[in-house]
Amino acid sequence: MNELPQQLANGLILGAMYGLIAIGYTMVYGIVQLINFAHGEIFMVGGFGALTVWLVLPEGFALGAAIPLMILAGVIVSVAVATAAERFAYRPLRTAPRLAPLITAIGLSIVLQQAVWMWYPDAKKDQTFPQFEGGPIDILGANVQRGDLFVLIAAPLCMLALGLFVTKTRSGRGMQATAQDPDTAKLMGINTDRIIVMAFAIGAAFAAIAAVAYGLKNGQVGFQMGFLMGLKAFTAAVLGGIGNIYGAMLGGIVLGVAESLATGYIGDIPGMDLFGGGAWKDVWAFALLILVLLFRPQGLLGERVADRA
Amino acid sequence: MRQRSIIAITAALAAGSLTLTACGSRDEGGNSSNGDKTTVVIGVDAPLTGDLSALGLGIKNSADLAAKTANKKEYVKGVEFKIEALDDQAQPSVGQQNAQKFISNKDVLGVVGPLNSSVSQQMQKPFNDAGLTQVSPANTGTELTQGDGWKTGDSVRQFKTFFRTATTDEIQGAFAADYLYNQAKIKKVYLIDDQKTYGAGLAASFKTNFTKFGGQIVGSDHINPDDRDFNAVVAKIKKTGAEALYYGGEYPAAAPLSQQLKDSGQNIPLMGGDGIYSAEFPKLNKKANGDLATSVGKPVEQLDSAKTFIKDYEAAGYEDDYEAYGGLTYDATWAIIEAVKLAVEGNNGEVPSDGRKAVLDAMAKVKFDGVTGTISFDEFGDTTNHTMTAYKVKDNAWAPEFSGEPKLG
Repeated sequence: MNELPQQLANGLILGAMYGLIAIGYTMVYGIVQLINFAHGEIFMVGGFGALTVWLVLPEGFALGAAIPLMILAGVIVSVAVATAAERFAYRPLRTAPRLAPLITAIGLSIVLQQAVWMWYPDAKKDQTFPQFEGGPIDILGANVQRGDLFVLIAAPLCMLALGLFVTKTRSGRGMQATAQDPDTAKLMGINTDRIIVMAFAIGAAFAAIAAVAYGLKNGQVGFQMGFLMGLKAFTAAVLGGIGNIYGAMLGGIVLGVAESLATGYIGDIPGMDLFGGGAWKDVWAFALLILVLLFRPQGLLGERVADRA
Repeated sequence: MRQRSIIAITAALAAGSLTLTACGSRDEGGNSSNGDKTTVVIGVDAPLTGDLSALGLGIKNSADLAAKTANKKEYVKGVEFKIEALDDQAQPSVGQQNAQKFISNKDVLGVVGPLNSSVSQQMQKPFNDAGLTQVSPANTGTELTQGDGWKTGDSVRQFKTFFRTATTDEIQGAFAADYLYNQAKIKKVYLIDDQKTYGAGLAASFKTNFTKFGGQIVGSDHINPDDRDFNAVVAKIKKTGAEALYYGGEYPAAAPLSQQLKDSGQNIPLMGGDGIYSAEFPKLNKKANGDLATSVGKPVEQLDSAKTFIKDYEAAGYEDDYEAYGGLTYDATWAIIEAVKLAVEGNNGEVPSDGRKAVLDAMAKVKFDGVTGTISFDEFGDTTNHTMTAYKVKDNAWAPEFSGEPKLG
């Protein structure tokens, strides 16, 4: 039996999730040149926000009907935390040296993890997340779980909406202007503070959607889930070209597929059986990252790096 | 220039905080007295935060229960036991720092823990140098007591201060192989581990014994225990025709691994060691039915000796369950209490001035009927109780299938 379609589908699903989270890294970086290392935790609180709705809904409530509510709650929680973080942790440091907000972000990430661990009921253990009943669906020779369809539908829709927002709306164009030159944008009458908050909020909303996808896929959410996913998403953002929203999604998908194929096939190459499999997939993914950055330092779709950093 | 001043400030702050921590560690001379009673502290080291905290909190509470029971019964006259629990976050480096904290507190005469074999590796030497007794309720890594030579039959005791109430991976892996091959009649197994000391050791022991029985390992892989998406690995298992998946590791990763295995259309059981024998496993895994685990000792619920423990634990009103290592922790703590009792009795009813040495010397003589059976330690510091139980998930809960001692090949 040919497992290639299966591995590609696995990679695509995982990659779409990375991509959704990577949007948050890339937007914030594009506008304030801050690597928001707490973004993984924004993703995590979104998962808990969605879970909370599910837990307060009456028993027997259909999952399909609950999903919009869960997304809404996840988005509200994530956006609230992200904008609060922007207001109280990052804004006071906006003129400080780069290192200060970076360290703040790492500190914030630890604070958020421990806060959920401590105060969310029973969150010391991984929490069960609802999943769709029923078996997988066969798509072009690959088994796709019902929960995974969510991310396959949500990711392109989100990208479409974001693309339209950035190019067609006033705020979106203001965002582009702020990314190009915040001082001039301000002189042109753009409220850059508002634009920055908006960048954090959009990134957080996407992270919350990714968190719902994560929960539906893996059947659990835990206070630590943001760390590894955040790291991978950050990698995806760099791979795709940090600052570029389409690059983030592309980077995520490339990373996901690369991981999946590395797990599935590297071990089968004669002489490479020691370097294949699940343990080495991250090594191969990062080797790919280095390779891409060697030939395209700006990332797959990145542009204009020289005037920054 | 700006960058340089930041580095300078950071360095100064770091140096300052290090100095403060050094001042902070108390160094009390001798055993402090509490009225007419001497306080003996039993240290507890376990992951109290992180994804293994369910097991860790069960360890902390069970040790606490043992100390409280001893105090209530006045089991050792003139001694008040106190528990000091530290969180190792399941990380070896943190465990080592905790070991130093216990060593610097002169009231600590014994330490219970840790949960992870990898953490224990970093704690054994400092404890050995300080002559402080350590009893782990959960470490199953064979080399912790017998050294790397155990595979070739050259077992050498590693640290005179290390004891455990849990049995070794060697015995656990052999038991799992025996059960799977001879009772469940499964001949082809795919092997996965999480590369940690515990998981890799267990998987290696299973592999040795399973092939010795005549079984076939049709493939193997390693995973990252922080991952939750194993679909790529699962897709690989399909083509090997494995009849079961043996996983060396713990439940947070095992639960999604098992579920994704079954989601992919492969209706084969996942089997693991005591690391997946947690009530959390079937909760996190909606397709856990049929999965197997081995654990040390007889099921706590079936033993008469354990009934009091369960009753007392419930009566004490702890927030968290006693989990997989509750009974073994109680016994580990009680072994230290028993050793303190022997030391005190051998010193005219007073805690000896060199309490740590007296407790360590007494450990070899400790023998009592504990929660999990008769507790005593062999020449390596391993428990003499080799009984294991295989459990199967039925109706989303673990149910005991078979208890016995493994046939060693």
